Amino acid sequence: METAATTKNGEGRAAAPRTAGHGAEPVIRARRLSLTFETRDGPVHALKDVDLDISRGEFVSFIGPSGCGKTTFLRVVAGLEQPTGGEILVNGMTPDEARRARAYGYVFQAPGLLPWRTIAGNVRLPLEIMGFEKGEQERRIAEVLDLVDLSGFGRKYPWQLSGGMQQRASIARALSFDAGILLMDEPFGALDEIVRDHLNEQLIALWKKTDKTILFVTHSIPEAVYLSTRIVVMSPRPGRVIEVIENTLPEERPLDIRDTPEFLAIAHKVREGLRKGHAYD
Amino acid sequence: MNRILPILTVVLAILALWYIAAIWLNAQWVLDQAERAGHSVGLWEIIEKTMSQDRPKLPAPHQVIAELWHATLGMKLTSKRSLFFHSWVTLAPTLLGFLIGTVTGLLLAVGIVHNRAMDMSVMPWAIASQTVPILAIAPMVIVVLNSVGITGLIPKALISAYLCFFPVVVGMVKGLRSPDRILIDLMKTYNASRWQVFWKLRLPASMPYFFTSLKVGAAAALIGTIVAELPTGAIRGLGARLLSGSYYGQTIQIWAALFMAAILAAALVGVIGLVQNRVLKRMGFVR
Repeated sequence: METAATTKNGEGRAAAPRTAGHGAEPVIRARRLSLTFETRDGPVHALKDVDLDISRGEFVSFIGPSGCGKTTFLRVVAGLEQPTGGEILVNGMTPDEARRARAYGYVFQAPGLLPWRTIAGNVRLPLEIMGFEKGEQERRIAEVLDLVDLSGFGRKYPWQLSGGMQQRASIARALSFDAGILLMDEPFGALDEIVRDHLNEQLIALWKKTDKTILFVTHSIPEAVYLSTRIVVMSPRPGRVIEVIENTLPEERPLDIRDTPEFLAIAHKVREGLRKGHAYD
Repeated sequence: MNRILPILTVVLAILALWYIAAIWLNAQWVLDQAERAGHSVGLWEIIEKTMSQDRPKLPAPHQVIAELWHATLGMKLTSKRSLFFHSWVTLAPTLLGFLIGTVTGLLLAVGIVHNRAMDMSVMPWAIASQTVPILAIAPMVIVVLNSVGITGLIPKALISAYLCFFPVVVGMVKGLRSPDRILIDLMKTYNASRWQVFWKLRLPASMPYFFTSLKVGAAAALIGTIVAELPTGAIRGLGARLLSGSYYGQTIQIWAALFMAAILAAALVGVIGLVQNRVLKRMGFVR
């Protein structure tokens, strides 16, 4: 299921060349990637023969029922799980090397903010660990908090913020050290519909402003279609890629694009893909 | 007021029960005395005489309070009978033992969390150490240390630390392991060193557990010191007061010393509680 690097029509995208030409090194490259967990009930094939290329500046969603390996794929990219077969390269390095080079920011399903640190203190955490200078820390904190619309909340403690704001703070934290890749594991899964819409809109704006490659795990079809340039449909047991769908929606995506026939057509394609996956059961 | 009323009710109930028990337990002595003297006593007279015996089986509350008052504020601090004096003799090794026990417990907990071999090996020993009756070990420790020339504060403090380190180990192992899986993963994505994970995540996350362990540890340290004073023929300290009280049937003295020990433990736990509230509030744990 190899996919060539996507080319986007660069409307309204003055910033850095986001489109990697053919032959350019992809940011993430997986070949026959497999991961089998040994459990008491026998082996579980979380990932099986996954082939995937993701180029710089793409927004790729991973969708599929639970147990399809989408989170596992993200964790393998992050070097949090070791694959048992195949090959994966992140920025041309192994995931562990990429992790050591701090190539990515990871946003988990829960905000995971430290309750004893303020919002600014939480954003500072990776900067402290990575040894940024004091002044540089402050500058970056102000910058990323502004990026997620949380300026003025730096001195608040996590519990003083709503769930949506907490998740935005955790996104700011992942952006603070300016990694090129953002790995997001169902970051809005625990939030209500309205907050989620709002955050989706903000995330698109943020993605356009920055130059990130985003890998986004979700199990919401509208979210996947609304956000991404490509949608990877996966199926469980064994976790494999069923289909990779190019998103042909225009760059400019107001929320009501979700009512257009084009949007519904892509959503339909995704749903069909998911159904195909279920035929394996 | 909402808090005082239930507390007051319980205190009154305890006092009432205590008085009833004192009358019931001490009445036999009044009856025996009357029989020996050859005259009979009425109910009212029995009750009256159970309240003011020199060596009652169970002293009445007001007798214990009077003795407490007399032995603390009612005499010079330097007096050999002052409970303040004996309290300090017990408190000093308790504090030292508490310090030694807490530091030992902390170090062991850090080792257990970070080292697999220690994880497998230390905990069973720590648990085994607490199953050995301290009352049996205390005299041996004192005798052994005495023979190498260590006397006074240190032996008592060591026995106190022996009881104190255990709750700290158990609490801190739990506390240092309390951060969520995703927080550990998060630190890993930052490529944080173990040292950084410890200082920035594990240690702050363990603070609520730390203070709870300290409270249990402080109470245990006090018990440790008193136990160390009991079988070793100490002549000073709350333990010594308990012991000499039981030698000479001075039940009022025993109860006064018991109450003093309880007040001391409550004060220690209370101080730790105050520090806990301030620290956790500053850290943003308390909402």
